[in-house]
Amino acid sequence: MDNHVESPDLYRMKALRKDYNGRTVLHIGALTINRGEIMAVVGPSGSGKSTLLRLLNFLEPASAGELHFDGRAMPADPPLATRRKVTTVFQRPQLLNRSVSANVAFGLRLRGSVADNGRVHQTLERVGMTALAQSTTRTLSGGECQRVALARALVLQPEVLLLDEPTANLDPYNVNLIESLIGEQHLLYNASIVLVTHNVFQARRLAQRCALLLDGKLIEVAPTETFFEAPTDARVAAFVGGQMVY
Amino acid sequence: MQTLIEALQEALKLLLTLDARLLGTVTLTLRITLTSLALSTLLGLPVGAALGLTGRLPARGLLMAALYTGMGLPPVVVGLFVFVLLSRSGPLGELSWLFTPTAMIFAQTVIALPLVIGLTMAAVGSAHPELRPQLRALGATRWQTIATVLTETRLGLLAAIAAAYGRIVAEVGAVMLVGGNIEMKTRVLTTAIVLETRKGAFALALALGLILLIITFAANSALLRFGNWNGQPR
Repeated sequence: MDNHVESPDLYRMKALRKDYNGRTVLHIGALTINRGEIMAVVGPSGSGKSTLLRLLNFLEPASAGELHFDGRAMPADPPLATRRKVTTVFQRPQLLNRSVSANVAFGLRLRGSVADNGRVHQTLERVGMTALAQSTTRTLSGGECQRVALARALVLQPEVLLLDEPTANLDPYNVNLIESLIGEQHLLYNASIVLVTHNVFQARRLAQRCALLLDGKLIEVAPTETFFEAPTDARVAAFVGGQMVY
Repeated sequence: MQTLIEALQEALKLLLTLDARLLGTVTLTLRITLTSLALSTLLGLPVGAALGLTGRLPARGLLMAALYTGMGLPPVVVGLFVFVLLSRSGPLGELSWLFTPTAMIFAQTVIALPLVIGLTMAAVGSAHPELRPQLRALGATRWQTIATVLTETRLGLLAAIAAAYGRIVAEVGAVMLVGGNIEMKTRVLTTAIVLETRKGAFALALALGLILLIITFAANSALLRFGNWNGQPR
């Protein structure tokens, strides 16, 4: 019998490090992500934001350090049931060469939920893609592709939703739509969301806590209001103030 | 020009009257080419897919060079090699395969295998590098990930099979060497075309050529139709 008690911390990282070809691209001394919160991770390109998401989705093992999820230390390849609690929407959605509807149903089919067409239809409605449900993904615009990618993740009702620059290069209509869907998912399903972005305005609009990554190092984590109005680190003040930070 | 028209008329007549010799040759050709294709696909697809999915391999450069050499192997050299292997004094002489359809299947499989492996590897390797992490992030198991990558690259895989069939069905040198072009035993369309042309029987040679074209066209059409199948994850 599993006597596991739900941990208040969803993720807990300690001395977590990721190296590529001998070069450290991410080194986090300590970071906790709370259950049910939206955390934004901001930082310039190449600061290690996407690498952090890959570790949080167990797509790659850490080079060193500890990663705890749901109160348990995570091995290099966690069990499938644990992996399936988390999903990521990538910056460049890799849609399958199938219909929009088949793409949205994909994750459910992987889990054996073949007949859940109602859930797929409902999710397509949420992202405003019902009319294009039978279209192939090759005919979609960038914004439509990102909405399908988001629908493909939302339909799974994951405990943790990881978003890697979900609105990069999108028009204001799609940005608004995607931001409202993120907020809705949080409210409806109490999903824990980690949003990676270099758009500080978006971070401020959506997140309850924000973190700044620079050169793979965590500079500061604070509640959104504090992060923007009274950061303790000058580099955070410079970044949210729109100055280039190195 | 007149000879060509007459030959074509004769060819059509042979086709419509279902000439027994012609049917025998066509049946044997289909049996040998399809068996060779099935063997090279069964062996080559998994190996090519594994190579395409594996980023780093020890001695990958050497392996690639060997593979590309294999893709360009002159069929007559393969035929010679298989002939020596299967000849009475050769290491596989005891099998008594020489001058049998089995020897022809062996030679054609050897010819097509590097092509299937190389083109499958290229097709699978051309999948976007972020596709596999995305599938894993959606909760795919290792096998579900592999099956989906193969489904997504199915057009490339079918191109590999089509190219292999093209090479097999057009092959003449190796099958002539190891099969011996024995009537109703090892005579296939290509070797029969060579023989009938040398004898001056252009009509029969053209009829055989037309059938070869029809078979190739039908095989490629079937593959293309299969390629348009809308795959679902398993």
